[in-house]
Amino acid sequence: MMGPILIGLYVFVLASFLGFEVITKVPPTLHTPLMSGANAISGITIVGALAMVQHFDTQLATLFGVVALFLATINVVGGFLVTDRMLRMFAKKKR
Amino acid sequence: MNTFCESLSHMAAPLLYLFSATLFILGLKRLGKVRTATSGNNLAAVGMLLAVLGTLIEMGLVDYQWMIIGVLAGSLVGAVTAYKVPMTSMPEMVALFNGFGGAASALVSLAVVWASLPDEGLVKTGTLASHLGATETVTSAASILIGAITLTGSLIAFLKLQGRLNHGKAILLPARHAANILLAITTIACAAWAGFFAETPLDIVLGILAFSACALLLGILLVIPIGGADMPVVVSLLNSYSGIAAAATGFAIGNQLLIIAGALVGAAGIILTQIMCVAMNRSLLNVLVGGFGEQSSGEGSTDTEYTTVTSCGAEEAAMLMENVESVIVVPGYGLAVAQAQHTVRELATLLEARNITVRYAIHPVAGRMPGHMNVLLAEADVPYEQLVEMDAINPDFKNTDAVIVLGANDVVNPAAANDKASPIYGMPILNVHEARTVFVIKRSLSPGYAGIKNTLFESDNTMMVFGDAKKVLQDLIKEIKEL
Repeated sequence: MMGPILIGLYVFVLASFLGFEVITKVPPTLHTPLMSGANAISGITIVGALAMVQHFDTQLATLFGVVALFLATINVVGGFLVTDRMLRMFAKKKR
Repeated sequence: MNTFCESLSHMAAPLLYLFSATLFILGLKRLGKVRTATSGNNLAAVGMLLAVLGTLIEMGLVDYQWMIIGVLAGSLVGAVTAYKVPMTSMPEMVALFNGFGGAASALVSLAVVWASLPDEGLVKTGTLASHLGATETVTSAASILIGAITLTGSLIAFLKLQGRLNHGKAILLPARHAANILLAITTIACAAWAGFFAETPLDIVLGILAFSACALLLGILLVIPIGGADMPVVVSLLNSYSGIAAAATGFAIGNQLLIIAGALVGAAGIILTQIMCVAMNRSLLNVLVGGFGEQSSGEGSTDTEYTTVTSCGAEEAAMLMENVESVIVVPGYGLAVAQAQHTVRELATLLEARNITVRYAIHPVAGRMPGHMNVLLAEADVPYEQLVEMDAINPDFKNTDAVIVLGANDVVNPAAANDKASPIYGMPILNVHEARTVFVIKRSLSPGYAGIKNTLFESDNTMMVFGDAKKVLQDLIKEIKEL
């Protein structure tokens, strides 16, 4: 039997290897958009923030949750939109 | 039947998470190829939407008031900044968003810790680890530590890229390595005390506050000694940190999706950081130790005075350009600062109309981020085929009539190839000095971010054209039209 932490550790290690493999060959042109896109994905913590906002009745914990939610949403929405804006410039000139 | 529906509703959220993780992986993979990058970004965004949806389903009916407020305000701020920021400021923007992501991870873990604290004030109620569990305590602390370092480190990187902090130069404090190590030990000691030794809620809270303050300070101190030229590497590394912070938060709240996405970003960020370091022929350690280029200028081992500089105006440059057959433009950060990407495209069109071939040489670390120049020139509709990467174009310089260096400096410094004493010795450069004539359009002879002299400026075949890149190009266009 594996505890949840151990399962998490398995997932973490395997996902890290996946991250290494997925990225290895990337043309320099795409480095900035890739960094920006990956950065938006790290905003996944938005999911944790959502859970915090509803879970607790301690006022301070909820406050932390709301601020976290605000910042994570900026990270996610801003990150994906900025990446899209950069990539659209590459798409435009192909036509 | 009823139990089947019930188990299905229990499965819905985890299955959505799995689907979302798959989309993140596909999205990252597609972001690595020019043809599929836009769709990759869209896939990742859909993945994020599904993740949020899954969380809402898992919660069921709750009070949505604060969620709506947080998400709406965040979306508004995020969208407005994303659309309003000029293309030239993209690197700073990525740094800032990244800092927010790190802060969010740290705050979620703080919320977890706070919620587990009993209200009894000064009464002994046991350690934090006894309420929260030992592993959760350790992973929360890791998330707060990495998240806080990501936040302040990214803010410093943001300020440095904007040139607001000491003009982006390295700030070297005395005994900084010893101080940082001491601070790191203090930070971990505070965390250990707050998590495993403090027994009243008040002590625990004080411990957490001291721990958070130390972590925030550590982020500042780690980034200030690093010069502006190395900021892209730092931002890329901090991007990796924010992934790891998200993964640590995933452990603390027991959410596999956070662990998967965080690990993916963490690994991807490290690979990208490595690629950037290789492009500059530096090791990551060398970048992080900081103070690059500062020592040599102080010792006087490299002479920073220029002796035999030839300069000319736009009119003269235009006349020299009349008889050329091939031109290579070398863009650098100066192009971004002057917002001259459209003007350079206009000049290229003008030259092409006179049967002069125009190409652009892109150094892997030109500008403030890899790909920075490609993004800028793409904005001005420069054809993709005209952008040539360093290794492909270097053999062509000796057969080229004229090179126009637009606000690039360190990436065209021949000292990197032939001066062993130079701090940038061994960094791959564009061999522009081999061309017949080199025009360097630059505001002054001030050194680039590496803080060293550029021997190209003294070369016999180099003409310095002083001024703002956009202004000089406009003059050049006017003069060429009058020829």
